[in-house]
Amino acid sequence: MIEIRNLYKSFDGNDVLRGIDLTIADGETVAIIGQSGCGKSVLLKHIIGLLRPDRGAVVVDGINMAEAKEKDIYRVRRNIGFLFQGSALFDSMTVLENVTLGLRENGERDKEKLARITLEKLALVGLRGIEKVMPADLSGGMRKRVALARSLATEPRYMFYDEPTTGLDPVTSDQIDALIEDLTAKLHVTSIIVTHDMFTVERIAKRVVFLHQGKVYFDGRPEDLTRSNDPINRQFLERYRLLA
Amino acid sequence: MFAEFGSASILAFRTASYTSSIPRDRRLVLEQMEHIGSDSLPLVLIIGLFTGMVSAWQAAYQFKGMIPYSFIGAAVSRAIFIELGPVLTALIIAGRVGASIAAEIGTMKVTEQIDALESMAISPIRYLALPRISAAVVMLPILVIFANIIALVGAFLVSNFYLDVSSKVFFESVQRFFFVKDVLGGLVKAVFFGAVTALIGVKVGFETTGGAQGVGNATIRAFVLSSAMILILDYTLWTVIF
Ligand SMILES: Nc1ncnc2c1ncn2[C@@H]1O[C@H](COP(=O)(O)OP(=O)(O)OP(=O)(O)O)[C@@H](O)[C@H]1O
Ligand SMILES: [Mg+2]
Repeated sequence: MIEIRNLYKSFDGNDVLRGIDLTIADGETVAIIGQSGCGKSVLLKHIIGLLRPDRGAVVVDGINMAEAKEKDIYRVRRNIGFLFQGSALFDSMTVLENVTLGLRENGERDKEKLARITLEKLALVGLRGIEKVMPADLSGGMRKRVALARSLATEPRYMFYDEPTTGLDPVTSDQIDALIEDLTAKLHVTSIIVTHDMFTVERIAKRVVFLHQGKVYFDGRPEDLTRSNDPINRQFLERYRLLA
Repeated sequence: MFAEFGSASILAFRTASYTSSIPRDRRLVLEQMEHIGSDSLPLVLIIGLFTGMVSAWQAAYQFKGMIPYSFIGAAVSRAIFIELGPVLTALIIAGRVGASIAAEIGTMKVTEQIDALESMAISPIRYLALPRISAAVVMLPILVIFANIIALVGAFLVSNFYLDVSSKVFFESVQRFFFVKDVLGGLVKAVFFGAVTALIGVKVGFETTGGAQGVGNATIRAFVLSSAMILILDYTLWTVIF
């Protein structure tokens, strides 16, 4: 379970998060939306303890990520897969080494098994035949999918996706959406998906959180958001409503 | 300044606290030893050779009319073992390795690869800092030994060919004034120089912000800081050892 209580964060005078309250139960799939620069990535980074709150608390599985000892934080993180918005692949390693790093660090030495898992995870994201390629030689969309495969490799209980389908073509986007849906349904993975794609939201999230001016402005079912008459909600969804 | 020193010490302590994982991470350490050691060897040898040659000329120039040339071997070898070998090798490593550590880690920082390691519960200190610092601590003294030998050869060549000092005279003089303490003192200094250079490279790398330009600045900063620290340490250690 993830509990975020009264979370404040600012960067030299730029107040990004101004009192976020959010609780996410195990097995939930929550989409987080909001304007560019509103602090979605910053919020995700607080949940895995990459950023420290100015005020408030982030508690994951009973561990306060702001105050816990490194050892406890690492124990929580082993249950979390994190897809970075910018992929953050290790550019000194091949695709295979990227995907298997987490497993190797957990003590897995069996080369065949590592290769098999790599193939399997790459197939899940619609890639193959690139195990020996260096990240620099991949397209942006491929890098994102390799990063997704990497975060899936250790089969975490939590998956945090920072814009998993941004920059992908519609077909691959659908495939990724289906994958996220599948993980939740079959493996009971708790997912947080930061996205600008309302189709993704409608399709896979049971709950959507709309961040606005550093606070949770809407928290509820996607259909209630799309039907809402609140001017700010409507303004944010305008483009999507025209398309849908 | 003091805050910097404090945070560098904290980084050093945190790195040291992972020492026990060296056996497990030996592959990472060996990789860095190769990068820091073998890859730097050609440059160290060239610079060592010329340093030795020029110091023979310099000694001859200063001795002229005061001290017989038969003392060149002793003077030059002691200068090499105590000062020239360790300090010049360390400065080369600061430029070549310290700067590249800062650039590499700095790039990882600004492209969120450090965050990615953290998110996978892999300590960047253990995974990045420890192999680099421990490899530098081991390899720098080894490079210094190579530098010492080749510099001595250079000094001998100049003495023998241009200054009419026979090999017997040259090496007898080296031997007569050879103190194990000189060589060991130089190597102890090298250990510190290696640690400081790698530590600064790592620290500056971890603190990098702001894209490609930030990485460029980090590279320069690492080189400037570590060369200054090498010379300051050289003085400090002199007062302690000799
Ligand atoms: N490490 C940091 N240092 C300083 N400012 C930061 C840092 N990280 C984020 N910010 C600032 O916090 C704000 C929110 O950034 P964030 O990346 O969370 O936006 P976002 O909602 O993810 O936007 P996008 O949809 O464009 O990805 C921005 O103004 C950004 O400049
Ligand atoms: Mg973002």
